Amino acid sequence: MKNKGIYLLLLPGVLFLTLFLVIPIVMTIASTFYQEGSFTIQGYFTFLTDPYNLKILWTTLRVSLVTTIACILLGFPAAYYISKLGPRKKGILLALAIFPLLTSSVVRSFSWMIILGKKGLLNSSLLSFGLIEKPLEILYTPTAMMIGLIHLFLPLIIITLVGVMENIDPDLLKAAESLGASKFTAFRQVILPLSMPGLIIGSILVFVGSLTAYTTPALLGGKQGVISTFLYQNAITLNDWHMASVIATIMIVITFVVIGLMNKIATKLNPKG
Amino acid sequence: MQEKNRGLALFTLLVFVFLLGPLVIISFTSFEPGTVLKFPPEGFSWRWYENIFEVKMFMKTFGTSMFVSLVGNLLALLLGVPAAYALSRFQFKGKGLLNAVFISPVLIPGIVMGFAMLKYVIITYNLPIYAGLLIGHTVIMLPFIIRVVASSLSNFDFAIEEASLSLGAGKVETFFKVVLPNIRSGIIAAILIAFLESFNNVDISVFMTGPGVSTLPIQMLTYVENNFDPTIAALSVLLMIITAILMFIIERMMGLSYFTKRS
Repeated sequence: MKNKGIYLLLLPGVLFLTLFLVIPIVMTIASTFYQEGSFTIQGYFTFLTDPYNLKILWTTLRVSLVTTIACILLGFPAAYYISKLGPRKKGILLALAIFPLLTSSVVRSFSWMIILGKKGLLNSSLLSFGLIEKPLEILYTPTAMMIGLIHLFLPLIIITLVGVMENIDPDLLKAAESLGASKFTAFRQVILPLSMPGLIIGSILVFVGSLTAYTTPALLGGKQGVISTFLYQNAITLNDWHMASVIATIMIVITFVVIGLMNKIATKLNPKG
Repeated sequence: MQEKNRGLALFTLLVFVFLLGPLVIISFTSFEPGTVLKFPPEGFSWRWYENIFEVKMFMKTFGTSMFVSLVGNLLALLLGVPAAYALSRFQFKGKGLLNAVFISPVLIPGIVMGFAMLKYVIITYNLPIYAGLLIGHTVIMLPFIIRVVASSLSNFDFAIEEASLSLGAGKVETFFKVVLPNIRSGIIAAILIAFLESFNNVDISVFMTGPGVSTLPIQMLTYVENNFDPTIAALSVLLMIITAILMFIIERMMGLSYFTKRS
């Protein structure tokens, strides 16, 4: 009797998600294996043998990887600094990191169009200082995408890392130093391993987020497609729904493989946690 | 130690210049009197702010976005609050699986969800675009409602609920008179976080546009593709002001620790 009540509370939500999300996703995946009524994997074959598609896939992976590494390199020291501050200053800096995170991705990508454009802020400054002869072509390249994505995801890794680092007992660091470890060794042996869970979760969020981001590549990437803009193009512009479903399935598979892999690394590094 | 800290402080400062600089620049350019976006602006004018209200599609899509985000929010609350309550209050069979179902809208790429919903919800059931937008936005808000409300319930002492029940109040009455008032601030924060998530959404809405129907972010994307005047900059400033106000309320309601905890 009591159990019935519990399931009744959960039923509306589960039903809603099953009907409008789970079934559509399963149908999308299933549809890639059928064409004109018979089983086929032709769609995947076509996708993976076309050099143009492979280039898009490669660009997506490359951009996401660079974005993730840059976010770690920029975010880790900043997060470490923030985590050491007093509660007031920490709160302010966290708020300043969270604000861009809550701001529309259209606004944030658009701001980079103003900066990176042919007549943008960057080019006009470099030209007026005489550092370059003619405007750099940055906007509508993978570089612009990377800059936009780093800007998009850096706050995410910073706040995730601060959340983990502020729980590290400062006495551990003092203990390591009093036992003769240098500052660097103490950092490497204490802070780094204890921050690892945050670093891995943060990296998953950034990497998967970059792999599947749509707005930033659409605005800053120009003709250079990534997998998400390619999915949109196939579905809406080219009306090739079979190919769009194949791309959607590939995106789901990549996402889950990345998350699974990172989780495996996480448990290996931290078997107790 | 001092030396190293100073270097680290400078590094952190530069990181924040990178994060916030573009948003400051966009704010300045919104006051440009000319027709081309420039930084620094060549003067000061409100003309592009006025222009926002003259572009009919901005007003119309703003209305659509508000409708979808607010009504969707209500739907997500009706579906999500009971679920969050059940998930944090009871132990039962299949809890792990249900948790996974409720978190799935965050795990599946947005662009994939948008496409799958267009194909197997809107087209299959022959729904109007509006209904599709509403359903899609409810789906993406649901995990946020559940997560924030559940985290708020984890701080609630269920002994109070037991007391109310043992004093003779009914289960439903107890929920509305005892549990709900105690997690009020969590619910408000959940509403606002989900609202921002929905209002700014592009990945799902981009598949759900029809003749005259679209959301504000999609309309902004379309506008940017064809125009490069400062209207979008002015609109961006207004959106940032709204974001800042909502974020301030979220902070008042439950602090910012929700954002730093992820697992």
